[in-house]
Amino acid sequence: MIRILLAGQGGQGVLSAGRFLAESGLHEGKEVSYLPAYGPEMRGGTANCSVIISEEEIASPLCNNPDVLIALNAPSFHKFAPRVKSGGIIIVNGSLSDADAGREDVRVYDLPLNELAIEAGDVRSANMAALGVLCAAKQVVRESSILNCLNEQFAAKPRVLACNESAFRAGIAAVAGK
Amino acid sequence: MSKILLHGTEAICEGALRNGCRAFFGYPITPQNEVPEYMSVKMPQVGGVFVQAESEVAAINMVYGAAGAGTRAMTSSSSPGVSLKQEGISYIACARIPCVVVNVMRAGPGLGGIQPAQGDYFQATKGGGHGDYHLIVLAPSSVQEACDYTYQAFDLADKYRVPVMILADGMIGQLMEPVELPPMRDLSDIPEKPWATSGHYGAGRRVLNSLIIKPEELEPHVNALQRTYDEIYANERRADTYLVEDAEIVLTAYGTPARIVKSAVNELRKQGVKAGCIRPRTLYPFPDDTYAACAERGCTKAFLSVELSLGQMVEDVRLAVNGKKPVYFYGRTGGNVPEEEEIIRAAKDALAKAEVK
Repeated sequence: MIRILLAGQGGQGVLSAGRFLAESGLHEGKEVSYLPAYGPEMRGGTANCSVIISEEEIASPLCNNPDVLIALNAPSFHKFAPRVKSGGIIIVNGSLSDADAGREDVRVYDLPLNELAIEAGDVRSANMAALGVLCAAKQVVRESSILNCLNEQFAAKPRVLACNESAFRAGIAAVAGK
Repeated sequence: MSKILLHGTEAICEGALRNGCRAFFGYPITPQNEVPEYMSVKMPQVGGVFVQAESEVAAINMVYGAAGAGTRAMTSSSSPGVSLKQEGISYIACARIPCVVVNVMRAGPGLGGIQPAQGDYFQATKGGGHGDYHLIVLAPSSVQEACDYTYQAFDLADKYRVPVMILADGMIGQLMEPVELPPMRDLSDIPEKPWATSGHYGAGRRVLNSLIIKPEELEPHVNALQRTYDEIYANERRADTYLVEDAEIVLTAYGTPARIVKSAVNELRKQGVKAGCIRPRTLYPFPDDTYAACAERGCTKAFLSVELSLGQMVEDVRLAVNGKKPVYFYGRTGGNVPEEEEIIRAAKDALAKAEVK
């Protein structure tokens, strides 16, 4: 069972990235749950979601102590980094945050996700760059599952699909390049 | 059939639509806005009626009318909105009209907050509106159950001619999980309603009313309602148990907290504490037989009710346990959800207190 917490500012695509992860897990025949938490704002404010991907039945859908944290901005990083399980992974958006978790027992992937996304064609696909980093850093779901979900979601929007796909691949490459 | 990923709110709608619900009346309130949003798209596609009413009071009375005419009808709201519906629910119960009311509970009292809570247990199970009546109250704890229970709710409502409430917490509303949807039911398969005010057709007048002025007429009417509730109590109590056979401490919770409790039970077992849990699936009728059976076991030393309230269901647990074992309580309110560790601590405390006794 892997518990993943995705967090950031409203509008950064935290919730949609979480949904892609959950959909991908479902496509692979696993048990999944997706629990969003956000304020009343459409943009701004804070947004996070808990995604669990498991081989067995999922009891609690909460991720108070996640195995993986994806933090797309500094407040989310500092708020949730102390809660990550020892031995866990933190993926932090270096474009908008420092990467000092104040602890040595987690692996931190500090990557400029916004820059990767801008290079891919649209800063709004930083969330997909983060999923690319996740796929390269830990076996959670297959890369092909995420790509299939993207293809389904953006079938009618080829430009959006291309940006998201490039950002996802840039995330994978960024980890490989390190 | 393959599973799809759905929100709890969407699953509630699918459960309703697939069991013949063809009229939905609602008024927006967080955290259940996805129910009317989804219904506004889907209801016209199946030839049904969707109305965004001018208020919760209007919505429940539209349900009164539509369901009275024999249509399977539903309304949905969240805590403060459900309070507004109570007058209508009481009228519907008295007039013996089957319908489904969904409450995706948020934190109260008052306008409260928009995060998950379970503070409406008393309102849902003890009446809510005025007079001697009950609803059947079903408490889903997963998105699949949100679909399945809503589906079943329409059959239960028709069978007993009572309103049925789906009592979900805000977490069920927002949670997404894989769901296997039941097939679309053919409307011709739904039993006739000879009492419905759907037309005279030479068979005599049909009247549905909740005004029964003469005491000598109202008393037998209320007694007949009570006989229905007795029958529901006898037939419809439902609960799931987990590892209770050798449990020293039996935890209990409904809705999503029941899942956190189940995780806590697994962790307690790992730590060597013999824990188990009961999850009521029906809150009215309350599955007191399941608790009574646990209370009889020599190994069981104490019960602990875990709720997103200051202690409501715990009263029914105490009645069911009937003094045979101590019953303790742990709850959070305001939209906070207890973490597994809090529940583990509370369970150990309860067990320690019971051992001192």
